[in-house]
Amino acid sequence: MADTPKIKLTNVHKAFGANQVLRGVNLEVGAGESVVVIGGSGTGKSVMLKCILGLLEPDAGSIQIDGQEVVGMSAGDREALMHKFGMLFQGAALFDSLSVIDNVAFGLLRAGKVPRDEAYRIADQKLRQVGLGPDVGKLWPSELSGGMKKRVGLARAIATEPEIIFFDEPTTGLDPIMGDVINDLIVECTRDLGASALSITHDMASARKIAHRIAMLYKGEIIWAGPVAEVDRSGNDYVEQFIHGRAEGPIQMELKA
Amino acid sequence: MPILAPIGRVFLGFLAMTGRLCQFAGASVSHCVRPPFFPRLVTHQMIEIGYYSLPVVGLTAIFTGMVLALQSYTGFSRFNAESAIAAVVVLSVTRELGPVLAGLMVAGRIGAAMAAEIGTMRVTEQIDALTALSTNPQKYLVAPRILAGIMMLPLLVLVADIIGVFGGFLIGVYKLDFNAVNYLKLTFEFLEPLDVISGLVKAAMFGFIITVMGCYHGYHSDGGAQGVGKATTNAVVSSSVLILAFNYLITALFFGV
Repeated sequence: MADTPKIKLTNVHKAFGANQVLRGVNLEVGAGESVVVIGGSGTGKSVMLKCILGLLEPDAGSIQIDGQEVVGMSAGDREALMHKFGMLFQGAALFDSLSVIDNVAFGLLRAGKVPRDEAYRIADQKLRQVGLGPDVGKLWPSELSGGMKKRVGLARAIATEPEIIFFDEPTTGLDPIMGDVINDLIVECTRDLGASALSITHDMASARKIAHRIAMLYKGEIIWAGPVAEVDRSGNDYVEQFIHGRAEGPIQMELKA
Repeated sequence: MPILAPIGRVFLGFLAMTGRLCQFAGASVSHCVRPPFFPRLVTHQMIEIGYYSLPVVGLTAIFTGMVLALQSYTGFSRFNAESAIAAVVVLSVTRELGPVLAGLMVAGRIGAAMAAEIGTMRVTEQIDALTALSTNPQKYLVAPRILAGIMMLPLLVLVADIIGVFGGFLIGVYKLDFNAVNYLKLTFEFLEPLDVISGLVKAAMFGFIITVMGCYHGYHSDGGAQGVGKATTNAVVSSSVLILAFNYLITALFFGV
């Protein structure tokens, strides 16, 4: 019997009023695999991620996590399922009212599986793993630079040692060097945990670095998917245009007057 | 009918919003009574709502009591009924002005702050981050605020009652030349336990209204900084109007003929 995929999306649809955002998304992420979904702004990448996380309910289709259907799941079951997930948000989404160390330890304390002291020891260790010293733990999110926020966000995402980690535009807003540092950390952390990763980005350098497989989302559908090594010879005009960042091609920017 | 269509749309929009609000309030109340509880967060909110509102509520109460004594003297002295001043002050303050003015001041201070804080958390994805960390945002953010509001408003109003009566006493004794013992005797002669109790029941209801409206508008804010600003305004305006409406309803319930 083939391995059950960690994440499986089948024919997922989602619309907001008359705006059909997802038009039948099909995607699989295997155990220990890192899949990056690329695509321009407004193609439905974030909506797809929010549907998997349960922040949005799809209109139709199926989303399975470890073979378990999650569409229409009760709130209690969903909360239990979320323990499998870790997520690095685009703007890091650190809690302003908590110190850095409390942010990182938050998931551990909420799960209640480890004593308080142990949770802070693990949080400290995760901060070190992303290259931040113990002094940073005492700071507040407002005192951190963009790169440091992303590192703390990454430390928080991996603190509970999740089976599946989501990365939402992990390098957006960072300089190229810091972006590469974050990419390296993502590769290292997911490999160490043996976790599956699903990332969305429009940064090709980031996608090439962190992906085993790349899928391209265009107008709410996956129009191409394949190993990262094949992305340069996909034979798909849309993918070609996107990865080379050309203004000319089949993808036309819709400018509203 | 071109005139009826927009009226119908506004009415349906109002019904939809009322439904959403009732659903939100119901879910939040159910989170208040179901574990897990967050005693630390409730304590923090109690300090924020109760302790830090004391100066503004105290100042409002003392000036209200003073003005009441002065104005009723102006009126009652015309037909030699100065002895009724103490009764007017204590009944007005405990039954109406204490709860209503404290409620309105707290709505401005706390309702606005809650809407702004939760609204900012919404637009910076911190609420989504809570969900991703297996934490129900309504249980973590809304329930502690509602509990603290219901508990602290009656205490604030009790303090406002005492300070308001003291304000009237100051004017009565030092400006209108009442005998201090006589003024206090007149004050307590007319005061019934129901006068104070009705004020405290109102206060608990106002605490619920302020926190629910602040959290509801913050929780559903969108559109960045402008959206947060709109949520703040809506929270203050709607809770102020509801405070005045429920003040009438509770008065009619307790003292209606």
